[in-house]
Amino acid sequence: MSDVPAGLETLDFFYPGGRPAGAFPAVLVGVVGSGNLEVMLEPAAGNDCAVHVETSARGFAPIWQAVMDDFHARHPLAGVRVSINDMGATPAVVSLRLDQAVAEINRGQP
Amino acid sequence: MISYAECSARERLALLLDAGSFHEWLPPGERVTSPHLAQLGVPSAFDDGVAIGRATLDGHAVFVAAQEGAFMGGGVGEVHGAKLVGLLRRALRDRPVAVLLLAESGGVRLHEANAGLIAVSEVMRALLDVRAAAIPVIVLIGGANGCFGGMGIVARCADHIVMSDAGRLAMSGPEVIEASHGVEEFDSRDRALVWRTTGGKHRWLSGDCDALVEDDVAEFRAAAVAALGASKPLTLAALEEEHALLSARLNALPADTNGLDEATLLWRALGVADAQQVPDLSVTAVRALRTC
Repeated sequence: MSDVPAGLETLDFFYPGGRPAGAFPAVLVGVVGSGNLEVMLEPAAGNDCAVHVETSARGFAPIWQAVMDDFHARHPLAGVRVSINDMGATPAVVSLRLDQAVAEINRGQP
Repeated sequence: MISYAECSARERLALLLDAGSFHEWLPPGERVTSPHLAQLGVPSAFDDGVAIGRATLDGHAVFVAAQEGAFMGGGVGEVHGAKLVGLLRRALRDRPVAVLLLAESGGVRLHEANAGLIAVSEVMRALLDVRAAAIPVIVLIGGANGCFGGMGIVARCADHIVMSDAGRLAMSGPEVIEASHGVEEFDSRDRALVWRTTGGKHRWLSGDCDALVEDDVAEFRAAAVAALGASKPLTLAALEEEHALLSARLNALPADTNGLDEATLLWRALGVADAQQVPDLSVTAVRALRTC
């Protein structure tokens, strides 16, 4: 038996500074299916990017940290709330979904 | 051509309805999610696997719900079901031209057990109330997960069903039949058998759906537009007619099928001459074969 307890793992990341995203309608990309995830981006008050992850794959916090650091380096957004429901997506899929979500924001803006 | 089966629920809404007309109720940002899944270690979806709202279709005001098959097989949980019921009840108040249900579901979400079962029964009751108010309920079935279990019953409670040949509609799914009656009765891994007995062509030939279309979002849209006035009377006479059709079908097969394929025998009994050719025929060709 694994010593990792059953249940969801909840992770939070926080990136201060960055480029203000401004106002935009909330975007949702992806679906919570096996090996997939959904990413929602919403405008938020303040000058930070806050990330909240709920995942069924426990014990991968350092990898999430690296993927989110990488995302922040590519897209240093501020005033954005990132919410993720994950069902075991690989790091590459997570990165692609995050990029897709940012592209959706930009598509809605001139 | 864009495959309806390969689209997500939200992509279907964006492509099928008038561009930009979908206004969602309880959107993902509201976070109305399942109260049960987290306790089981299963992640929730922000929309609990269904998007509901109002839109226009060819300029007509409609209410619409789209189930996401990739989230828990489109299973109906407590919140998912409550969203469908809320949409239907609001239709009674606001009287849209029609209610569209883009169904893709394995039925009740088993994780939510009784709450899901109750939700599906409430959906049926609400749907019949909408029909009784002469607002047509139009079901579109073409997702990879098909439309099974409680949602299969919901679909058959509606006024009008549009299916693609890739779509499937039934009560018990293939694996469920095999598990309960054995592989001799039904081999769920036999894909051709699964489509012969639950697929769009079969449902069209046996009169269980009202339109058969290609796996193309534009064809689904055209069929939905054509069905906007398709309200059927919800009367005792209509129900008795339905029962007569089902009895006739039950008696159409010989008692002993001699090991021959039952779907093919049924199509032949329904008057299809080259019944064994049906699975290989195009949608257009199958459309012309319907006799009932």
